[in-house]
Amino acid sequence: MSTATKSKELTKQKALFEYLVRLADDRLILGHRLSEWCGHGPILEEDIALANIALDYIGHAANLYEYAVEIEGEGRHRDDLVYFRNDPEYKNLKLVELPKGDFGFTIARQFLFSSYSYYLYQLLSDIEDEQIRGMVEKHFKEVKYHLRHSREWILRLGDGTEESHSRIQDAFNDMWTYVGELFYQDEVDEFLQEKNLAADTASFKSDWKDLVTDTLEEATLDVPDWNQFMVEGSRQGLHTEHLGHLLAEMQHLRRSYPDADWE
Amino acid sequence: MKTFQERIDNGETIEPKDDMPDRYRQQLIRMMSQHAHSEVVGMLPEGNWITRAPSLRRKMILLSKVQDEAGHGLYLYSATETLGASRKEVINQLLEGKAKYSSIFNYPTLTWADVAVIGWLVDGAAIINQTMLARSSYGPYSRAMVRICKEESFHKKQGYEMVATMADGTPEQQDMIQDAVNRWWWPTLMMFGPHDENSPNSAELIKWGVKSKTNDELRQSFVDRHVAEAHEVGLEIPDDDLEYNEETGHWEFGEIDWDEFWNVVKGNGPMNKERMKARREAHENGKWVREAAEEYARKQKLSKEKAS
Repeated sequence: MSTATKSKELTKQKALFEYLVRLADDRLILGHRLSEWCGHGPILEEDIALANIALDYIGHAANLYEYAVEIEGEGRHRDDLVYFRNDPEYKNLKLVELPKGDFGFTIARQFLFSSYSYYLYQLLSDIEDEQIRGMVEKHFKEVKYHLRHSREWILRLGDGTEESHSRIQDAFNDMWTYVGELFYQDEVDEFLQEKNLAADTASFKSDWKDLVTDTLEEATLDVPDWNQFMVEGSRQGLHTEHLGHLLAEMQHLRRSYPDADWE
Repeated sequence: MKTFQERIDNGETIEPKDDMPDRYRQQLIRMMSQHAHSEVVGMLPEGNWITRAPSLRRKMILLSKVQDEAGHGLYLYSATETLGASRKEVINQLLEGKAKYSSIFNYPTLTWADVAVIGWLVDGAAIINQTMLARSSYGPYSRAMVRICKEESFHKKQGYEMVATMADGTPEQQDMIQDAVNRWWWPTLMMFGPHDENSPNSAELIKWGVKSKTNDELRQSFVDRHVAEAHEVGLEIPDDDLEYNEETGHWEFGEIDWDEFWNVVKGNGPMNKERMKARREAHENGKWVREAAEEYARKQKLSKEKAS
């Protein structure tokens, strides 16, 4: 399947499909990583919280995929997008596919992604598409909770013990090269923005940076260099080696019995 | 003033601040903490399939179910704390191998069908036991059971729906689900514990109104209900001695392999060591997180005191 970005004539249908899939893939893959904590969290309350957030993401992804296949109009089911696409067809950010790491890594990533989503959803709640607005309205409450949950943990871990401070600092340092892509935009975004069907992430980049900076400083952490080298290519389907393993695990059963109905 | 036993015999509910014999308290701490541990260890076999669930809908249902189990664990640890046993203390007993949890979770989940069968049979067995415990004489336990039973009934319904879908599916799905029933049927019957004559705690628990039915009575109602459900979707029960008795209206069934039962209880089940290893690892890997949270709370309190 060629990507919409490669296509010469970008239509509203193609661009919107691509945009929805990008949003959905981010949430599905991050939800998958969070779901790996279930039964293995540091305290029972966090098993519950992380499973809850994973459910929010996967639920939102399900809604987005459903709308994407509806727009596409080829009679595909949302699960076809989940189980029968290969790595290059997945358009999620590399940030969300990185292994879950320790609790510090998981929380640092949650904070960066939730704070980003917090601004993104405010813009999406204003676009000219009723269905997206409806979804965003439903999920914005969840996003606010995700942000609060992760922010509180950043403060605890940053300003907790020496060990927690160094672990959460290392987590931010290690993932920093992946944060630049949060604000990547291409012709799909531009095409839709002209019709007010997509959010212009550039418009909240400095607010987001302020929020991240303030939180890290309050947590007595150093903000890594914003100008360091940042990786790219996720939205074109270029991933880390980790995504292939994740998909192998996620898709194996469904692909082993392609004719079976599991409901 | 009424004696404790008179209150029990009157059907009164015992509340945390009431006088109670030490033995009653100890028995309840043992039962309730075991129950809480079972919920938490029980997250592992099903959790094993969350990342591999074959549809988004099934993934969400499973994730939500395992999350409910964590919630039940939390709720039961709190209920146990009303008897003066702290969560930290009883969790340490589990991690040190001094406390038990339901042996059913020492069996492995080998295929997706196991997730369906656990929902149907294991939750089905839990409901039968917990419906009785919802009438237990200890108020916090009984209330916890009422709440938990509601969710378990929902889990069982979802499990049975999955079983029915697979039993009505492709030949491979049908084989998979029958194989899972074959592996889980007997261990599920063992969940109700030894025969009444070999169950040292039963008589005392019944006298104190904690339980109102014996292990064998509960097991019989489980068999009656689930044999019918199996037949309804065309599944076989792996028991050659299974026979319906017209006179009693009950299904008679074969003898449980008690050697297997005691062997698993003693720690030699297929997954005992791995389940405990997973719990210990989660606890050890989370140590720095819990310490950080405590230290942060201490610092916050200190700075608030300074400010005022």
